[in-house]
Amino acid sequence: MASQEISQEITITPAGALGSSLVDRLHGLVITVDHKKLGLMYIGTALMFLVIAGLMAISIRLQLAIPVNTFLEPDVFNRFFTMHGTSMVFLVGMPLIAGLGNYLVPLMVGARDMAFPRMNAFGYWMFLFGGLLLYFSYLGAPGLAGHGSAPDVGWFAYAPLTGRAFSRGTSTDYWILSLLLTSVGSTVSAINVIVTAITLRCPGMNLMRMPLLVWLMLVTNFMILLALPALSAAQMMLLIDRYLGGHFFDTQAGGSAVIWQHFFWIFGHPEVYILIIPAFACVSEIVPVFSRKPIFGYPVMVGATAMIGLISVSVWAHHMFSVGMTSVGNTFFAISTFMVAVPTGIKIFNWLGTMYGGRIRFDLPMLFCIAFLFQFLIAGLTGMMLGVAPLNWQLTDSYFVVAHFHYTLVGGFLFGMFAGFYYWYPKAVGRLLDHRLGLCHFWLFVIGFHVCFDTMHFPGLLGMPRRIFTYDAGRGWETLNLVTTLGALCQAVAILLLVINIVRSARKGKLAGNDPWDAWTLEWTTSSPPPEYNFATPPIVRSRRPLWDLKHPEDPDWKYE
Amino acid sequence: MISEAYLPIAPEATGWKLPSSRKVAIVCLILTETSLFSIFVAGYVFYIGKSLTGPTPREVLDLPVLATIFLLSSSVTIVLAERAFNRDRVGLFKLCWFATIVLAGLFLTMTAVEWRKLIYHDGLTISTNLFGTTFYSLVGLHASHVIVGMCLLLLVFVFSLGGFVTIMHRERLQMISWYWHFVDAVWVVVLTVVYVIGR
Repeated sequence: MASQEISQEITITPAGALGSSLVDRLHGLVITVDHKKLGLMYIGTALMFLVIAGLMAISIRLQLAIPVNTFLEPDVFNRFFTMHGTSMVFLVGMPLIAGLGNYLVPLMVGARDMAFPRMNAFGYWMFLFGGLLLYFSYLGAPGLAGHGSAPDVGWFAYAPLTGRAFSRGTSTDYWILSLLLTSVGSTVSAINVIVTAITLRCPGMNLMRMPLLVWLMLVTNFMILLALPALSAAQMMLLIDRYLGGHFFDTQAGGSAVIWQHFFWIFGHPEVYILIIPAFACVSEIVPVFSRKPIFGYPVMVGATAMIGLISVSVWAHHMFSVGMTSVGNTFFAISTFMVAVPTGIKIFNWLGTMYGGRIRFDLPMLFCIAFLFQFLIAGLTGMMLGVAPLNWQLTDSYFVVAHFHYTLVGGFLFGMFAGFYYWYPKAVGRLLDHRLGLCHFWLFVIGFHVCFDTMHFPGLLGMPRRIFTYDAGRGWETLNLVTTLGALCQAVAILLLVINIVRSARKGKLAGNDPWDAWTLEWTTSSPPPEYNFATPPIVRSRRPLWDLKHPEDPDWKYE
Repeated sequence: MISEAYLPIAPEATGWKLPSSRKVAIVCLILTETSLFSIFVAGYVFYIGKSLTGPTPREVLDLPVLATIFLLSSSVTIVLAERAFNRDRVGLFKLCWFATIVLAGLFLTMTAVEWRKLIYHDGLTISTNLFGTTFYSLVGLHASHVIVGMCLLLLVFVFSLGGFVTIMHRERLQMISWYWHFVDAVWVVVLTVVYVIGR
């Protein structure tokens, strides 16, 4: 029988790749079209924005810690919550997804690069310029009375607040234009990931042998293609309103403020799933490896993800129950919201099924995954509560909603991303993240998270509205808010530990070797970090776990699949 | 040791075939563009008859028969051009490709004439009423896509005059023609919504 080797890579440092001077290195970053470098640049930039937007969150929490506080001016407060939300979604969440997809998808499907490397670089730079443009608004947008002015209309920028009459100056235009730029970047990168996964798979890797991460990235990026244009279109209409005197959202000329909400959430709700599915992707790769079992119910996982993608485009108006839709509309969107719980529940059970009976190793990636499971479950349950239209009328625009979506995005998305961080950092850098610092990060973050966001539900139930810049004493909110703020500070310390860990381990960490976790997907056959060409010869796979087949030639997976 | 492990060749690995990257990419682009147009079309449909002041579509819009004929027949000429290209008939290819560009140009001219009439004669601008806002946005978005397509067509034409377009570029030409068909299909939707339903 003819045989074919999956060759192990020899680390070769191309001349000039690790230039001695800083200028050489920066120049290398500017001209690179390598998917691994671009992926890390995406992630690095996202972390930078995470720290900035996180500091804004801390300022917001400090302002709310005690009643009648004067730590932040009201208008500064408005800008902070707008910039915090916008940054976290578009400058942290989206680039983390893009970075993950960029770095991992080609490696996992056994390709040498993305399908369109130069377009890939273009996407990154569009995203970066968009992000910088958004923050330039602090200097460049003279608003009312000459104050410096970042956007202050909230991250979903409801009409008619964004009209010329109510949003003077150019701060809202910065919001529009910078997000249009990042949308171009996201679209380009989404097309690239899809094309790579579909057309660059190595021989033998048919669709049902793709690693789950690649499948989930495929679904997420399709959703980006379908959902993002809704935001772009709405923003173009808003620009037409603001600069050409159009009337799309101008209620005085017969326009509708509600249709902005529809357009925004047609984008906005799929966006939530766009963010959470990559977290699912990380968990789906990590849980099997650390349970020493193949993933439970692979085809069902794929189907459930596709179902989430499909259903998520028909639930948008559950963000708008209080806007006054017909009862038919309310009922439809409540029911479709409940339907999302079905595939999501299937996924949770599949992860549990993978862990059940496994030899679980409680390494850091697995710890984050387990925390993810619990927290995402609770986030999903409060989501179901908010999907009940009558209860939603009570809770809408209260801190309960804020607590719910931070539970999904921090407890779900961010924990999934952290799990991925600890799992693939050794591959990208060649050294393991420090275990003890990592444990401190994990426990501080878990405790901080629960102190902060568990508590935050209650002022919401007691009627505290979101986006107020301060409140009077004697409403029963004081202690709860103070505790929430303490939890936020605890999380900030944890993030600081993570940053220290990332920087320190890059130089002093334990050497990782090619395959520190004894994993099964193709990226672990390359050296750490992988050479620029990834694979010297295209690997050939015969099962979902090509590396298992290599390590256990006496009992390969392909006999059973 | 992993490095010493060998894998028998998978039966699937011989004759391993995957779709072309360009085709998948263009399909993705068309998908996302469709989504963009859908929102503008939804906006148009939502605002039909909601203008507080005139002029109304019934008063000022005429069915753009000539423009439609120009644009739709350009889809035919680009197919003919492709066919000629595949049969290595360079002269015919250039002729048909050029005809496509001319037809696109004629379509844009008709749009310009229509807009001129609407603006100077009927007094309908983008800020006049909701009809004006949605009409110019939707038709303008489509026209801008025609302009982009025309730039691509022109680029190919200029290169083909220099003899630089060879059989190597076959798939690229095909992609341009797919995009062009998409732009035409969008026009059919715009025509139906704006000039038939909306009137």
